[in-house]
Amino acid sequence: MHIEFSVNGERREVDLPPMTRLLDALREHLDLTGAKEGCGEGECGACSVILDGEVVCSCLVPVVQVAGASVRTVEGLARAGELDSIQASFLKHGAAQCGICTPGFLVAARDLLDRNPHPTPDQARDALAGNLCRCTGYQAIVDAVVHAEAVRE
Amino acid sequence: MSGPAPTYGGAVVTARDLPEALALRAQFPEAVVLAGGTDLMVMMEAGQLRPGRVLNLWGCAGLRTISEDGGHFGALATWTDVARHPAVHPALRECARTVGALQIQNRGTVGGNIVNASPAGDSLPLWLALDAVFEVASLRGARRIAAADFWVGYRRTALAPDELLTGVTVAPAGADAVLYRKVGTRLAQAISKVVVGARIRQVEGTVTEARIALGSVGPVPLRARRVEALLVERGLDPDAADAVVDDIAPIDDVRSTAVWRRQVAQRVLRRWLVEQRAFSARNARQ
Ligand SMILES: Cc1cc2nc3c(=O)[nH]c(=O)nc-3n(C[C@H](O)[C@H](O)[C@H](O)COP(=O)(O)OP(=O)(O)OC[C@H]3O[C@@H](n4cnc5c(N)ncnc54)[C@H](O)[C@@H]3O)c2cc1C
Ligand code: FES
Ligand code: FES
Repeated sequence: MHIEFSVNGERREVDLPPMTRLLDALREHLDLTGAKEGCGEGECGACSVILDGEVVCSCLVPVVQVAGASVRTVEGLARAGELDSIQASFLKHGAAQCGICTPGFLVAARDLLDRNPHPTPDQARDALAGNLCRCTGYQAIVDAVVHAEAVRE
Repeated sequence: MSGPAPTYGGAVVTARDLPEALALRAQFPEAVVLAGGTDLMVMMEAGQLRPGRVLNLWGCAGLRTISEDGGHFGALATWTDVARHPAVHPALRECARTVGALQIQNRGTVGGNIVNASPAGDSLPLWLALDAVFEVASLRGARRIAAADFWVGYRRTALAPDELLTGVTVAPAGADAVLYRKVGTRLAQAISKVVVGARIRQVEGTVTEARIALGSVGPVPLRARRVEALLVERGLDPDAADAVVDDIAPIDDVRSTAVWRRQVAQRVLRRWLVEQRAFSARNARQ
């Protein structure tokens, strides 16, 4: 099936069986390997992308459902070689260790910050409850999200 | 997880509005209906389901609306839609925020939770408590099914093969006391060990109506009829909660034991009744 959608502001096309997971369309067919597969069943958030303005698990979305939609992946966060504030904040706060969960956290955090630029730690924890990290113990991630706007300023 | 990416084969037909969806449903009664996919995609990934054909409803924007008064939900309203709607009853909004995590709430729909008919489906007891009416339709026509008649057996609903769920209506709860309580391992992403939805109506200090419903304690979400009857008979008596052990039929499974579930169901209800009794007493004094 021929499907067109926008990825990080660019029009992209794929020819794939309609129930192909968006995650596979991105990773295997569009060379966007930022979104990761942790669990393949919606539990870990490593595959998070922003779909029409809402964070979703790309492992749970069949590509047929993104026809005409707009997808933002972790690759689309940095602009013109400059890191997004949440990426800079992750660096500053040491919020990544092995890094497998990081793209998903960055995307989910960006979704939160777009709605709420100054979240409290509780709001950050709540918005990131669908993302699992086995390394950091979360505190550095929460710090990075809470202070993301301060990094920009 | 490794190896070539799974594609789940199968053709997909996509509907853009209800008439199209009903026509496609009639044409392909064997097709698996797809809404937000948060239950179906997991089953496909696990190899439990390999549909030859899928009827994709996502994109039927007209089925996603919630009425301004918060009393009517299109089947495709997502849990995020429910959580963010200011007029929806607070208990339902709270329930919406406990379905998975944000990524799941952004995609998972009201209709998917209802038709999936998992005994652990978090919204199901609350629909029972709120006397919800489910609207279903086929090319043959539309009909309404009370929540109490909808889940007919383990993961089985009253929907006919050519029918779709189109919406849900709840009666205004007014000043009724309404409880939603999910008990799980953690707040997010946890399948309930016990989930309770309840509503009590009082008229001048007398309990006139009680709806107590529980999930994860039987093959279908269950009404606690004994507790309900005791509350109407005796008023807000916390001891009525004890009868719940005979109203439910929990089992031992990987998440919990039957004994623990009975105890928790009883305590959640008792605590709520104690609170409600104190609240009523305060109101009566004023
Ligand atoms: C990580 C994760 C966490 C979750 N946590 C929770 C939780 O905490 N609590 C909970 O209750 N659930 C939870 N779920 C399950 C799921 O997200 C919900 O049940 C959700 O509401 C399903 O909606 P959907 O639109 O995604 O359903 P789908 O997967 O699209 O469909 C589910 C079923 O309903 C049928 N269906 C859907 N819409 C219609 C319709 N309009 N007419 C007829 N049939 C229809 C489908 O054919 C299918 O059988 C979780 C799932 C995941 C992956
Ligand atoms: S890979 Fe999608 S949530 Fe884990
Ligand atoms: S940094 Fe390793 S899983 Fe999060």
